[in-house]
Amino acid sequence: MRKLPWISFLVIGAMVFAALFAPWLTPYTPIEQSLPEKLLPPFWEAKGSTKYLLGTDIFGRDILTRLLHGAQVSLIVTGLSLLVGGGVGLAIGIVSGYIGGRVDAFLMRLVDAAFTFPSILFALLLAMTMGQGLGTLVAAIGLLLWAGFARVIRGEVLALKERDFIALAKVHGCSETRIMITHILPNVMNTFMVLVTLNVGIVIVAEASLSFLGAGVPPPTPSWGLMVAEGRGKISSAWWLSLIPGIAITLVVLAFNLFGDWLRDRLDPKLRQL
Amino acid sequence: MHRYIVKRLFQGVMLLIMVTTIVFVVGRLTGNPVDLILPEEASEQERQDMIETLGLDGPMHEQFFVFVANAVQGDLGWSIRYRQPATDVFFSRLPNTLMLLPAAMILAVVMAIPLGIISALRRGGATDRISGTIAVLGIATPNFWLGILLIYIFSVQLGWLPSARMGDWTHYVLPTVTLGTFLVAGFMRLIRSSMLEILESEFVKLARIKGLSETRVIWKHCLRNALIPVLSLWGVFMGGLVTGAIVTETVFAWPGIGRLTYEAVLFRDYPLLQAVIIMDAVLIVFINLVVDILYAYVDPRIRYT
Amino acid sequence: MSELIPMSHDAVLEVRDLHTHFFPRRGTVKAVDGVSFSLRRGEVLGLVGESGCGKSVTALSLLRLLPGEAARTIQGQVLLNGEDLLRKSKSQMRQIRGRKIAMILQDPQTSLNPVFTIGNQLSEVMTKDPSVPGGGVLQQVIEALRKVKLAAPEQRVGQYPHELSGGMKQRVVGAMAMSRAPEVLIADEPTTALDVTIQLQYLKLLKELQANTEMAILFITHDFGVVARMCDRIAVMYAGRIVETGPVRAVFDNPSHPYTQALIASVPKMSNTEARLHTIEGQPPALSDLPEGCRFEERCPYAEERCRAAYPASFDVGTEHTASCWRLVPE
Repeated sequence: MRKLPWISFLVIGAMVFAALFAPWLTPYTPIEQSLPEKLLPPFWEAKGSTKYLLGTDIFGRDILTRLLHGAQVSLIVTGLSLLVGGGVGLAIGIVSGYIGGRVDAFLMRLVDAAFTFPSILFALLLAMTMGQGLGTLVAAIGLLLWAGFARVIRGEVLALKERDFIALAKVHGCSETRIMITHILPNVMNTFMVLVTLNVGIVIVAEASLSFLGAGVPPPTPSWGLMVAEGRGKISSAWWLSLIPGIAITLVVLAFNLFGDWLRDRLDPKLRQL
Repeated sequence: MHRYIVKRLFQGVMLLIMVTTIVFVVGRLTGNPVDLILPEEASEQERQDMIETLGLDGPMHEQFFVFVANAVQGDLGWSIRYRQPATDVFFSRLPNTLMLLPAAMILAVVMAIPLGIISALRRGGATDRISGTIAVLGIATPNFWLGILLIYIFSVQLGWLPSARMGDWTHYVLPTVTLGTFLVAGFMRLIRSSMLEILESEFVKLARIKGLSETRVIWKHCLRNALIPVLSLWGVFMGGLVTGAIVTETVFAWPGIGRLTYEAVLFRDYPLLQAVIIMDAVLIVFINLVVDILYAYVDPRIRYT
Repeated sequence: MSELIPMSHDAVLEVRDLHTHFFPRRGTVKAVDGVSFSLRRGEVLGLVGESGCGKSVTALSLLRLLPGEAARTIQGQVLLNGEDLLRKSKSQMRQIRGRKIAMILQDPQTSLNPVFTIGNQLSEVMTKDPSVPGGGVLQQVIEALRKVKLAAPEQRVGQYPHELSGGMKQRVVGAMAMSRAPEVLIADEPTTALDVTIQLQYLKLLKELQANTEMAILFITHDFGVVARMCDRIAVMYAGRIVETGPVRAVFDNPSHPYTQALIASVPKMSNTEARLHTIEGQPPALSDLPEGCRFEERCPYAEERCRAAYPASFDVGTEHTASCWRLVPE
């Protein structure tokens, strides 16, 4: 675990590259259709051609293009969800840990419940009542994340607030809010960053799962999960529709998980029990 | 022990209340809950009737009372698609899921315990590395894709196993593996790490000092203690099982409550989704309580908390 | 394989030139570096020294229960009634542990498995009596608890460790150790983790259990007060080696190794009128980086040139009383 996870860096780098430069990497757009050329297999198969390296889907859209743009979608959704969910969790963790007392007890009750109950159900509920869209999706995934962040950050804060520099700040007359923002917050950022990287995998899978179930990114925007869903019916005749995006998801999640483990080992080994 | 059970029951009821509240609030968020509850072709008269029955024109807390009162009596709404009380639909599908869940759990127990123990005993050895890799892959692979991949390999290419619906034992294999993989990965990691800790403990040293055979030391003294973290983290696993069931049943067209959830979303059957969520909460509370009791049996120290 | 090696008269356990080393990633830690002593039937031998000097490792080496791959006994003999334990097979050792040699550990809170009852854990060391249905194990367990003066033994049998106090748990551990009438009992700081008020009771109990048997006790401790109460002879250990051995009275009256002198001096006495507590300056040497000469030399108030040059041999100071210090012979 001590050595640098080169492969992880590579895969993550490739994904970021794809996300940033997707529009320029292929001659197609992810939504342009070409019905006469539908369901072509990848180029290494008999009926494939190098015109569409990874084949086409039921509407004749280029799989490779959709894959690359899907990276963009994934990263955007992931980034926003982590910001929202992680941010809320961070805030709740700090407040809960620092203020303590009844507020803490109540918030931790909520956290326990959040852990026990599958948040995906609320995500589906939200999708149905508020309609599909980026906002709903980010909110839904944020729901999955906040409890994990809150619990760990709270633990850190409990230990931090006993430290002398906090006592010093109190002696100087700092208000509680000020202490939380200027003293506590910077000291938990390390842990927060590790949590973020450890959770990327979860978010990517969550977005893919929600899109697979039809409650995530609305078509025709390419999302890897959506692509897997679209290809499901044709698994016996056109395996590449589902399997290729799935491989992409697995690889990327694996890369982020390994990267997160490495980062955790370097920055904050105490978190190892997560 | 009684206090422990009562405490857990209380927590369960709290969870139910929280879930019900959230479901209620989300439902009213859109400002026009009637549209969610009734099919599109509903007449103006039907809308009016519904608004009256549910008190939707009254203040929020009254609506909530009506909601809860109905729920407690078992009335969780009328499924648009199935044209039946939503709870009836739920219960008709529940048994099918109840066939699948235990299968996945048994798979997890049967595979994870030996692998976890051997990995800990022969740390760094072949078994440890292989099972470690399987665990890492198992966690990274999305459930739904794993199912599709398995269908592709075992159904399409090899033709060994069926790819959909319920039937004889062959129909159980792929869904069970799909649903159980994350459980196996999770259990195995937990058991391995707690075994590693326990092997260093004083009471294990004393057991060896007493002259007990190594087999006894491991299978009696270590194992029970190693299972404790698995049981105490069960709630998280349970949530994962329910989530996994939704996706797995959808992929394999398994007629259980997971697939029902998917259908509810697909067909915009809000009352059904609402009912499924609340009934899921009841199911989860019930199973968690059973596991909590099992936990108290395995770890006597817990009975006094 | 099973030729008997002659031992000193009356000895039940004899340790000869024991070397146990630890092999971490870098370097070698010589935890036990040439330890020899003999334990006679019916006596209590105290193995005394500060934390980290190698006492517990010595005990574990005797039972061959060293932790994992990192530690190995690389040299020496451990003779139990003439048989070398270091040459025995794993299953032979298992027969000996718990039966011929028993051990009590230091911390009663962690010695017992929290998820099984006292009765369950005790029954593991009982031998079933085939003539009685059920093997008569329950009776044996209750008897064993009674012997260690545990009140209400019938109730204790069904209780869990966390329901008992530290002193009670330590009695249970004692019951486990004594149940098969071992020839040697190793007690690794058995009272260190107990309340001071309970310590005395426990020591008395051990003495009682030993009476009328020929059981020998290897009593490991760092507490000289306990030594005075319990031991017939003592061996003082420092940095992996034994620096002084002798009858308890003799060593107390005439401590010959500077380390022993310092240890005895640092025990606060009521009659002492000094204002400050006596301490020993400095730290013991790192066991991975031991000096050529006497290991106590750096902290010794009497250190001389020859002390640094070579490790002192063992010299007689009185009847059966020896110490390893160059000052015992003229220059």
